[in-house]
Amino acid sequence: MEAEHLEIVDFLRRFPPFSKLPEEVLAKTASHVEVGYFKEGEQILEFGQSIDALHVVRSGAVEVFRRNGDLYNRLSEGGFFGEFGLLRNGKVRFPAVALEDSLIYFLPEAVFTELFENHELFADAVEVEDRTRLRQAVSRREDANQLMTSRVIRLVTREPVTIESTLSVRAAAQRMSEEKVSSLLITDTESQDIVGIITDKDLRNRVVAAGLGYDLPVSEIMSVNLITINARQFVFEAMLEMLRHNRHHLPVMRHGKALGVVALADIIRYESQNSLFVVSSIFRQHNIEELSTLAKDVKASFVRMVNEDANSHMIGSAMAVIGRSFKQRLLELGEELLGPPPVPYCFLALGSMARDEQTLVTDQDNAMILDNRFDPKEHDEYFFKLAEFVSNGLAACGYTYCSGDIMATNKTWRQPLKVWEKYFSDWIGHPDPAALLHSSIFFDLDGVWGKVEWADKLNDLIHRNTQRNPRFLACMARNALNRTPPLGFFKDFVMEKDGKHNNSINMKRRGTAPVADLIRVHALAVGSKSRNSFERLQDIIAANILPSGRGQDIRDALELISRVRIRHQALAVEEGREPNNNVAPENLSDFERKNLKDAFQILSNAQKFLKFRYPL
Amino acid sequence: MFYLDKEKLGLPGKQEPQLQAADSEVPDWPSRFKVLHQHAKDKRLQAFYDAGVVAGDTPLAETPLLAVDFETTGFNPRKNSIVSIGLVPMTLKRIRCHAAKHWIVKPLSGLSQESVVIHGITHSEIQHAPDLSQVIDELLQAFAGHVMVVHHRGIERPFLNEALKARLGEGIEFPVIDTMELEARLHRQKRLSWWQRFLGRQPLSIRLADSRNRYHLPWYRPHDALTDALATGELLQAQVAHRFTPETPINDLWK
Repeated sequence: MEAEHLEIVDFLRRFPPFSKLPEEVLAKTASHVEVGYFKEGEQILEFGQSIDALHVVRSGAVEVFRRNGDLYNRLSEGGFFGEFGLLRNGKVRFPAVALEDSLIYFLPEAVFTELFENHELFADAVEVEDRTRLRQAVSRREDANQLMTSRVIRLVTREPVTIESTLSVRAAAQRMSEEKVSSLLITDTESQDIVGIITDKDLRNRVVAAGLGYDLPVSEIMSVNLITINARQFVFEAMLEMLRHNRHHLPVMRHGKALGVVALADIIRYESQNSLFVVSSIFRQHNIEELSTLAKDVKASFVRMVNEDANSHMIGSAMAVIGRSFKQRLLELGEELLGPPPVPYCFLALGSMARDEQTLVTDQDNAMILDNRFDPKEHDEYFFKLAEFVSNGLAACGYTYCSGDIMATNKTWRQPLKVWEKYFSDWIGHPDPAALLHSSIFFDLDGVWGKVEWADKLNDLIHRNTQRNPRFLACMARNALNRTPPLGFFKDFVMEKDGKHNNSINMKRRGTAPVADLIRVHALAVGSKSRNSFERLQDIIAANILPSGRGQDIRDALELISRVRIRHQALAVEEGREPNNNVAPENLSDFERKNLKDAFQILSNAQKFLKFRYPL
Repeated sequence: MFYLDKEKLGLPGKQEPQLQAADSEVPDWPSRFKVLHQHAKDKRLQAFYDAGVVAGDTPLAETPLLAVDFETTGFNPRKNSIVSIGLVPMTLKRIRCHAAKHWIVKPLSGLSQESVVIHGITHSEIQHAPDLSQVIDELLQAFAGHVMVVHHRGIERPFLNEALKARLGEGIEFPVIDTMELEARLHRQKRLSWWQRFLGRQPLSIRLADSRNRYHLPWYRPHDALTDALATGELLQAQVAHRFTPETPINDLWK
């Protein structure tokens, strides 16, 4: 009989990937554990020595190093190391030292191999290649299509509209007009049960075309063999039911009671136009006050997309489209208020909006290009007022003023085209640190209103002058290294490369922004005209300037970091808090921690490569 | 390991069990084993002594060790009995749980209500448990060639000695490393001065859990013989890591 190691089982059960193992496997695993004690400062593993077990930290803390001596990871209770060596050639790749007095549980190689081969989740968690694990993490979520994961009940927005079966066809049609619905559920006068349904099409085909009287009871023309759907079924099932029975309306039932009706149009709108829905209502509002009431709808559509596992590109584009629409509508309203512009102009979106990478937490980076005939004395009052109107309107709708004053209300950023051309020529010709300070904002620009072709002109100028300009690219590359990722996480802290700890991490400043920065440098170098980071990456990969596979790694890293950032914003909204970019490690799942560490590593390596690729 | 509150046992209110003076003499274990081998009548005991024991100058790192813990019904080896036995073979580097053994055995004396509460071993488990005589073969085979590691040698050695006397008509002797005694060497060198007592200083606890804590070993749920054996083995590894070396001869530690 194998002895029962209660203490070891209990310990393993508390930590992934062991926590996912079936109970009997856990007990068997525990019974094979070996134990060793290492005092503070003691070397646990040396580079190149043979390794025969997975090392799990039972207590204390362990530091794992790269071969060159760089800190690779710091582990506390439940952390494990040695998997690289075990899965490669049985030789230690990352040496380890006890940072504190530590007790280590050893999982012998045979047991480890068995777990690795027979338990997929365990294998995923200890997978050799950082990037492989990250790719799995990213693709697993991408498989989830929103039609497959959303339930029908989400599409029900109102109580069902009903009418008693004895009432006339005319009364039914009137009811439908009043309530603005395309279908009507018919109830039995006595039992109040749903006995049938009529639709717009039925009125046309069965009443008008058939020449029947409008005083006929509605029971004469209703469809009686009801096809219903349960509220808990998936949206795609509703769609299949509609196709199978050739119906466009399904009553949605729960416990035998109709909760509402879902129409084919609801599904179509839900699937493809849900952010467009917000957009179309933006253009129906008549003043800033009305517009500002839409801020909650913007948040709701953001949360919905996150919950439906939309990827960051979809969410970023949807939010950018919404942001652009607010600007466009505000400019429309502004021009109504102030009269037509004295000379033509172009309103610009800059930064994340221009890149289609907007989230909920965003400030309004914008600017104006004015016609070259612009005369400050005569025209500037108009454009200042217009800029101010738009800026205040955006602030009212949840887009905070830009803290760096990069807004069209600032005279510097409200200039004729020829001045803008000089700005860019100067920045590119004399790329000193001050000039490049705002490069992450100004080198991503997009026209949203008016003479948008002027924005294209500026973009052309940028491409012409930067692509074969090694000095400028080198300066941009240096600039892109200003913000670096942390090393990973230790206990409930963010761990920096020098081993220091922080309580939280700004996922924009330390994550998405540095990735976007480094992608921009490569994009300029290969002459990519794309603005979105994912699209730029495709151009970069196609241009073959990165070592094989690295472009895909950067894409996965950006996707993962973006999703963590986006998910935490959505969580804040759902909990009624103001969303921001700061994430505390205690709010990260183990899955996120492990994968974020990999993503940070990829970012860090990509930054090193940038220095090498664009030398001064 | 023995955990019962002293007052519940009606023993004098001492902090920790005391060792008998005679126990502090360290015999020359290899020659002692030769003598014992000649005198032993039981075949199993003969085999145990015949397996011998490492020489006194053997470095710790090369000594086969066995962490041992007994749960007992009380403190007195003549009156109380063993209830469960936990064994884990180990070296300085690794404790090997896979070769661990754990038995519950039927005590000759009854099981008090307190023991049930403390050890979590119930009357029904005891009822179906074998008598110690049925595990002697396996127990002695596991012991053979090893130096035992215990926390407080006042329990395991005398209790096994008495249990074998009752069943085989002859007792047993074997070398032990006592992790509690290693702690006492450090923290019981001299009595507290009157000034320290005046200040209300308590001597440092050398109980298993407190000792482990000093070496930053994790807290383990007590009163399970196997867990306590593991806990004792880990404590020895920690003590050696901090205070001795792998080259330290076994002579310096065993009793």
